[in-house]
Amino acid sequence: MLVDDTNNSNSDSSPLLKMKGLRIEGLSDKGWQEIVCGIDLQLNRGEILGLIGESGAGKSTIGLAAMGFARDGCRIIDGEIDFDGIELRKAPEWQKRKLRGTRISYVAQSAAAAFNPAHRLIDQFTEGPVDHDLLSEVKAKEKGRALYRSLDLPDPDYIGERWPHQVSGGQLQRMMVAMSMSCEPDLIIFDEPTTALDVTTQIEVLKTIKEIVIDKNVAAIYITHDLAVVSQLADHLMVLRYGNLIEVNSTGQILKSPKQEYTRNLLDARSRNEKITAQIPNPKTLLSVESVTAGYGKGPDILQDVSILVERGRTVAVVGESGSGKSTLARVVTGLLPARFGGIHFQGEPLPDELNNREKQQLQKVQMIYQLPDIALNPRQRVRDIIGRPLSFYLGLQGKEKEQRINELLQQIELPQDYIDRLPGELSGGEKQRICIARALAAEPELIICDEVTSALDSIVAKAILNLLQRLQNELGVTYLFISHDLDTVANIADQVVVLYAGRVAEQGSKSAVFQPPFHPYTRLLLSSVPEMRQGWLEETLSTREAKAGIAREVKITEQGCPFAERCPISIEHVCVGSRPPLQTTTSGHVYACQHAKKVLLRESQH
Amino acid sequence: MAQRIALGLLTLFVISLLIAFGVELLPGDLAQEILGQGATPEGLRVLRLQLGLDTPPHIRYLDWLGGMVTGDMGLSLANKRPIAELIGPRLSNTLFLGGFAAMIAIPIALTLGILAALYRNSLYDRGVNIFTLTSISFPEFFIAYILILFFAIKLGWFPGISNISSELSFLDKLYRTLLPAASLTLVVVAHMMRMTRASIINLLSSPYIEMAHLKGIKPLRIITRHALPNALAPIINVIAINLAYLVVGVVIVEVVFVYPGLGQLLVDSVSKRDVPVVQACSMIFASVYIFLNLSADVISIVTNPRLLYPR
Repeated sequence: MLVDDTNNSNSDSSPLLKMKGLRIEGLSDKGWQEIVCGIDLQLNRGEILGLIGESGAGKSTIGLAAMGFARDGCRIIDGEIDFDGIELRKAPEWQKRKLRGTRISYVAQSAAAAFNPAHRLIDQFTEGPVDHDLLSEVKAKEKGRALYRSLDLPDPDYIGERWPHQVSGGQLQRMMVAMSMSCEPDLIIFDEPTTALDVTTQIEVLKTIKEIVIDKNVAAIYITHDLAVVSQLADHLMVLRYGNLIEVNSTGQILKSPKQEYTRNLLDARSRNEKITAQIPNPKTLLSVESVTAGYGKGPDILQDVSILVERGRTVAVVGESGSGKSTLARVVTGLLPARFGGIHFQGEPLPDELNNREKQQLQKVQMIYQLPDIALNPRQRVRDIIGRPLSFYLGLQGKEKEQRINELLQQIELPQDYIDRLPGELSGGEKQRICIARALAAEPELIICDEVTSALDSIVAKAILNLLQRLQNELGVTYLFISHDLDTVANIADQVVVLYAGRVAEQGSKSAVFQPPFHPYTRLLLSSVPEMRQGWLEETLSTREAKAGIAREVKITEQGCPFAERCPISIEHVCVGSRPPLQTTTSGHVYACQHAKKVLLRESQH
Repeated sequence: MAQRIALGLLTLFVISLLIAFGVELLPGDLAQEILGQGATPEGLRVLRLQLGLDTPPHIRYLDWLGGMVTGDMGLSLANKRPIAELIGPRLSNTLFLGGFAAMIAIPIALTLGILAALYRNSLYDRGVNIFTLTSISFPEFFIAYILILFFAIKLGWFPGISNISSELSFLDKLYRTLLPAASLTLVVVAHMMRMTRASIINLLSSPYIEMAHLKGIKPLRIITRHALPNALAPIINVIAINLAYLVVGVVIVEVVFVYPGLGQLLVDSVSKRDVPVVQACSMIFASVYIFLNLSADVISIVTNPRLLYPR
């Protein structure tokens, strides 16, 4: 049989995977259109190839084609896909099915969606080897537990008995990496496996992937839009755009001397471009959040005693991992979630806790932009109606006046006038987010709350949105409360930074005070977890004591002591767990919550 | 859960009010029915007094409700027999017929639905859809008569009248009720089969289905192991509605096959103005309906690990 023949000859130097002139079409409103336009690719045994590009580049489509698979609405129209001597385009369905999971496996972007909610994790692990008649159920379970243990998953003997919804996002992603190894394949396709994760969790997953791929000498295709992440793993990089190859080279060469303009843009989009805070002569407080404690239903306090000052015309960034209470804070400020204790002052006046008790004028002054513009825009409303609604609701504009104002707003967000009659479905992701910005601006607000507004966007598009937000602030003087888990983004836009951990303020102050020594231990963990665009960064970071203490742990809300204590490399035994860290003030407005004195933190920051 | 049961009981109470009110609206009463055209006003008055029809409606309602709660359904006005005695065998006959039809219909509907999802848009899929939609589009009595015409009259395989009694053996009962059960099956299969097909197809674009394909799992197993368990909630609900229909909606089929079930008793009692029997039957139908829907909710929870095993 064909499969067996090639198995015996696998010691030669022929490439494991070879694609030649691969062309794939996708079905869109305009009919079949080419989304992968003639790609050649070669991958040797044990090698890792990174596919880089923004959405629409065809990365995932190529990755799936390597398994001889095309999603519904896609079809491979031309080219060769040769996996270890098997031509996948000509192979019958049963033969491809026998390869999938056994010799080529797949790791999806969102483990939460890719694990079946109706089955226990271990049963999903064993399904592959058992269905392919490689192992018995019992042996497969043993293998799963052994693999969980070798990947440092907590409670390896029992974690498999849990259901997908009972495991945290990072752990679930690692369980999926383990699952991809269940049949010991020759090739693993990683499709954006860390994109949806916090920086600290990302490191944890990258570590797992590295252990699997490099230590077990498995070949891999690693698909991502994040150059910094993939340069930690890949031997070679392929830069793709709109289904075309832009550049292919060794990772070092691409990082050092990119040949193409587009590759340079990708590299630049990740570089920090720190905003310099201009002096405002008479800073006035616009929003003050005073000792707010809040939670949902009968649940625990998600926010505990949080106080924040926001000055007019400034950008205050709120950072932290998922579960730190960032979005809850936004809900309290907008009035969607009344605080349990504490209160909010806006423009010097108390703001009612509940949305229903706020006056129209108070509502008008606080607007919000969301993470996912797809969901935040009504797909059946045209741009005219989306932007026009706040204009007539808050400002009473009608007819010509309204039309004119909509056009002005379109101009401000740098979109052409003829977009006024478009539906959200006819806009790109970045354009949709611009419409959301225009809708917020239309109300002529004082404060705009931006909740992870760039997280769902490609890096180049995200950068353009940040520039737009900054320009609007310079021109109109609006104030932003900017919620983000991405420290690079925060560095690019913030004046003040608030670091939240488990619902408490760990540190706050001017950006320079927070992002420079002395560091709060949590801020330091976050900063050191942001991937850097150089090879070897991952190994270095993993060997730091911050990473050893801090990654692979969840944010836990505690009533007592310092919630960060168990992840902190410099926590003081018996002290940090038992008593609340005091709030210490250093320079003007810089406050941090830690038992250590500033001098100690400064010394520790030199490590 | 307790809240669901309380809601069910409240619904039952509201239904009892509606039934009592609705029966009150019926023209004429039992006295008039018994005495017929030649009734004298004096005779009607005496008979009404005897039957207890002179007390005000709300007192009668409360008496009746009190009796129902304590399990005493009262006496039939028409023949003075305890209603429980009257209803008992009829109810078990109806449940027998409904259960028999369900045993045929549910496995067929699920199998057809799963296969239709697996071979979606194929000739098989279209054929099954056309057949089930055709059978649901005909009135039940039409289907019943067609079945009688072919299987009872032309071929003579089965009896055209399904008058069963408790003396018959179980197999005999099955044999005699096969035609009514088949008519009911033809009516309910389409709904369940189409819901099974639709809820499975709905899930086929989920990432975990794609993952299963990429693990090299066989297509039928992907449907039964990966799609079906997640599609259960809507399917269970539709099955519950159809089960309820098999008990509550059998009236016409029972009449056509002269089957001694609860539906026939209800029809007879309405024409005889035997109000307590009508009320008791209606309450039983309502309880069955509410009970089946409650069970559907419970089963949906039990089959959903997210609800069964919280974080």
